[in-house]
Amino acid sequence: MWTFWHKLGSPKWSYAICGRLQPIFWIAALLLLPIGSFWSLAISPPDYQMGDSYRIIYVHVPAAILAQSVFVAMALASAVFLIWKIKVADMAASVMAPFGAAMTLLGLFSGSLWGVPTWGTWWTWDARLTSMLIQLFLYIGVIALRGAFGGSDQGAKAVAVLTLVGVVNIPIIKYSVVWWNTLHQPATFNLTERPAMPASMWMPLLLMVLGFYCFFIALTLFRLRNELIRRESRARWVQELAG
Amino acid sequence: MNRVRLASAESPARDAGLWNGFLAQFRRELAIARRRGSDLLNPLMFLALVVMLFPLGISPRPDLLADIAPGLLWVAALLAMLLSLDTLFRSDFADGSLEQMSLSPRPLPLLCLAKITAHWLLTGVPLALCVPLLGVMLSLPATGYLVLMLSLALGTATLSLIGAIGAALTVGLPRGGVLLSLLVLPLYIPVLIFGAGAVQAAIEGGIAGPALALSGALAAIALAAAPFAVAAALRISLNG
Repeated sequence: MWTFWHKLGSPKWSYAICGRLQPIFWIAALLLLPIGSFWSLAISPPDYQMGDSYRIIYVHVPAAILAQSVFVAMALASAVFLIWKIKVADMAASVMAPFGAAMTLLGLFSGSLWGVPTWGTWWTWDARLTSMLIQLFLYIGVIALRGAFGGSDQGAKAVAVLTLVGVVNIPIIKYSVVWWNTLHQPATFNLTERPAMPASMWMPLLLMVLGFYCFFIALTLFRLRNELIRRESRARWVQELAG
Repeated sequence: MNRVRLASAESPARDAGLWNGFLAQFRRELAIARRRGSDLLNPLMFLALVVMLFPLGISPRPDLLADIAPGLLWVAALLAMLLSLDTLFRSDFADGSLEQMSLSPRPLPLLCLAKITAHWLLTGVPLALCVPLLGVMLSLPATGYLVLMLSLALGTATLSLIGAIGAALTVGLPRGGVLLSLLVLPLYIPVLIFGAGAVQAAIEGGIAGPALALSGALAAIALAAAPFAVAAALRISLNG
């Protein structure tokens, strides 16, 4: 049991394991996403208030969920990297960051598209929107700090510390923003309590969320393999791989 | 070096040793600041200039200025704190003092805390003391002044503590200035919300206590955790 985890620390082994796991998640993602999209766009009934515009939820909610999960995953990888000095963990964190930023941006963008038909505005300083915007800046900060160090080992550690500081702060920022909004204006829109949805609406949503997760894992494994080859390009096993 | 470490570990009054280390570092920071007197004024000048831009840019109408005064003063003070961060570790990093600190037998987080305390005392507290003057110029209602000073004195401590993490992470980079603000500003948002919220509540005739208590809670969390993060970040910047 432990040897499996220990072997993951070796770039060669993790390259092989990623290669073995990758097809499973690609297939799952390629099954879940088209089925979920078709079901949500064509089969599930329109909302009685919002009509067809509510279907943005099938992109919006998975993107928002991923935006938060990816940061937690990055923080876990950073902790592993700082504590056990496992470089593969840092590579995983580095390939996850752009995906997380993209998901945050997608969540914000789809949300503002959704805001036009339902709220009549592109942007409102609602607690959720604001905290997502701040999270986007946290992602950009992590990516920018890594870029500033130019991919050195020192930069990797600095990014890991920043990620951990960020993950401690995300709940604080989130609740402070929620209280800030309720302090100043009574809630015009209550996003936290969704009306109970029928199964024909939430089943495709569940499929989409799972599909997004599988896509994220598959893409991370794929990019992790690239990163492993790139950083270990002088190791013998990579030379042998290249032939 | 080894002998020194052993001696301090065996000394009976170890706590007194910690306190002495803190005091020595703190006195050193004050002495350096005294000899570079003009640096102390820069954040205050920046605050005054930024505040001056708003009546010029928006409108000199007193009722409008009174509305935006709490948030405006808080944002300007926050930016002044942010600008002063870059110098927190830079000169010590350049002349090697930081390496000496990291090799000393005293724990590095303690020495960092002394540096941060000095930074707060020399930057945050003067800002809190000067801000009522600018409040008068923005026709801030009379009920807001005491809470404004209190919330700034408390909030700038948190800003110094959190900002020191960012400063320690970027101290090894040649041009860390803009990056530093990108890293630190998102983390400053809760401090701003509760600080400006307390002043707003006081002006509107409400109770400022809850928001001040939350600012205090943030300061307590930052005080407990930030020195360790700062020390870890400094070690990374020093040793790679």
